[in-house]
Amino acid sequence: MKRVYALEEYCVGCRLCEINCIVAHSQSKDIIWAFKVEEPRPLPGILVEEARPISFGLQCRHCDDAVCIKSCITGAMHRDERDTVVCDTDKCVGCWTCIMACPYGAIKANENDGKVVSKCDLCPDLSQPACVSHCPNEALIYVDRG
Amino acid sequence: MISYVLPEFLVMRDENRCIQCQVCVRQCANDVHYLDEKDGKVKADDAKCVNCQRCVTFCPTHALTIIPNPQEFKANANWTKKAITEVQKQAESGAVILTSMGNPQEYPIYWDKIVLNASQVTNPSIDPLREPMELKTYLGRKPDKLEFDEKGRLITKLTPQLVLNVPIMFSAMSFGSISLNACESLARAATELGIYYNTGEGGLHSSLYRYGKNTIAQVASGRFGVHANYLNAGAALEIKIGQGAKPGIGGHLPGEKVGAEVSATRMIPEGSDAISPAPHHDIYSIEDLRQLIYALKEATNYTKPVSVKIAAVHNVAAIASGIARAGADIIAIDGFRGGTGAAPLRIRDNVGIPIEMAIAAVDTRLKEEGIRHQVSVVAAGSIRNSADIIKAIALGADAVYIATSALIAIGCHMCQKCNTGKCNWGIATQDPQLVKRLNPNIGARRLVNLVTAWEHEIKEMLGGMGINSIESLRGNREMLRGVGLTQKELDILGIKAAGE
Ligand code: SF4
Ligand code: SF4
Ligand code: SF4
Ligand code: SF4
Repeated sequence: MKRVYALEEYCVGCRLCEINCIVAHSQSKDIIWAFKVEEPRPLPGILVEEARPISFGLQCRHCDDAVCIKSCITGAMHRDERDTVVCDTDKCVGCWTCIMACPYGAIKANENDGKVVSKCDLCPDLSQPACVSHCPNEALIYVDRG
Repeated sequence: MISYVLPEFLVMRDENRCIQCQVCVRQCANDVHYLDEKDGKVKADDAKCVNCQRCVTFCPTHALTIIPNPQEFKANANWTKKAITEVQKQAESGAVILTSMGNPQEYPIYWDKIVLNASQVTNPSIDPLREPMELKTYLGRKPDKLEFDEKGRLITKLTPQLVLNVPIMFSAMSFGSISLNACESLARAATELGIYYNTGEGGLHSSLYRYGKNTIAQVASGRFGVHANYLNAGAALEIKIGQGAKPGIGGHLPGEKVGAEVSATRMIPEGSDAISPAPHHDIYSIEDLRQLIYALKEATNYTKPVSVKIAAVHNVAAIASGIARAGADIIAIDGFRGGTGAAPLRIRDNVGIPIEMAIAAVDTRLKEEGIRHQVSVVAAGSIRNSADIIKAIALGADAVYIATSALIAIGCHMCQKCNTGKCNWGIATQDPQLVKRLNPNIGARRLVNLVTAWEHEIKEMLGGMGINSIESLRGNREMLRGVGLTQKELDILGIKAAGE
């Protein structure tokens, strides 16, 4: 399947990927509304790891053998019809088992309500994940590497 | 001591748009923007801003505008803000003012006082989309005459030539003055376009040898990074005598920029200043120059053309004639608006002559002496667009070198702070955090786009003149007319006034 890969040598640590992930998962899809008005503001599915000069955008690897799905106690974390690993927030009870299980640290607790978890869903409504299309230095690519 | 120098720019942040995302904070290497923890707001220290517009371009809400500081002195046509500020700076530093890029002063720009011809009624114009249009350019010495044997086969031995798909090359910029990613962008674009880029005086990084076919290797007074493999790595060699931005003085790459890679490439100790002497200490005459030209030809077994680059100065025509007679295959002439990674401000802004005048004078002189064919002439020093190229060629150049416009294509915003080494666009810097900001995949693509766009425009303008080959434009000053020039200026340019 197509996944997002980080090209660490070109990541400039601007975090525009995080910001545009938030916008893409907001209600208005408008950056100023999303940040200044909307409550709660979504969490970014991508996180920039940084120890300058090294930085890269990290998000869910949508593993073939996803331990988060295996560990989820309610079946909230599941693989959808696009093969994407997503969390059904209606089912999620916020036990955070998946957070501990994910070897990449790609799942975050949604501190907005303390209950459900938040992670990358590969932007199902967009032709390209928002982080990829908004990365100014082409440090994220969306390709099928098998 | 309190500084009297006012901030040059003010950072305007539209609070209605700013989302406090701190992208600007992370992008400014001059530490202008910062998050004020007390109120959670992003603020700016205007005095440090150089107006490179990195933050403006990256701000996702377009909340930023950088404006010139509107604070004025009492109106004075003589003691301008610039004149006063420079005195203040030197009174505080006691030092030469360093700057970079090309001469920004208000001297006449002759390109903008020259207009082109077009066909009407009596001679047909040509549509480049329907008919072939030849831009291929050969640089190098051309034979006095061609001789053939009885079967019609050429027996004249031809000298090596550079073959350009378009009459444009990327001018010398050294690894050290610019980043490796910038060098790689230029090298890859030159390869894709079928043109050449010039290493500048800093040697050739080991990762760039594979672009050798499209490389001109420069030899300057410091001889940095010059060895047998380097001389043979490229398609041509260039002896750098002078540079338009700082004629008569040498170069200085500060030790902070000489990291492991630059040190290995230049063959100097890490952290040591790389100082290029003002003259080549083995060249004090045309005869000495001839020795070096032939030493380089020997070293490369007469397989590569040798170019000599000089700054455009007062007696440029006579100097060029000497260089041609010394055996150079190409003369590159750099006008006074040519850029640099670092130069003393007074030199940059006051020394040298306009490239338009220099090209016309050199072409005229070489023709008068009957040696124009012995050498190709390359015009450099602020070629801003395709019309400048057409005009340069019609004035007598064979091709042009571009550098400033190439850097603008890959992100340079002309803040003229290359000498600080903190280029926010990853170009004039060796800081790894900044260098990675220039992705050579993007850099090469943007350069290819620029040259391709100019190629289209050149063809269009040629077609409009009823010309289908760049060869027919070379030195064809009939295609040019001057607007608002004195008779003396017209005479030097060798063109008529509009209406004539
Ligand atoms: S947008 Fe791209 S360059 Fe910026 S932090 Fe994210 S991955 Fe890195
Ligand atoms: S959340 Fe972690 S474990 Fe689950 S699919 Fe993504 S990367 Fe794999
Ligand atoms: S980048 Fe723009 S929106 Fe973000 S903090 Fe800076 S000014 Fe505000
Ligand atoms: S120096 Fe450049 S990045 Fe920094 S505030 Fe000024 S314009 Fe923005």
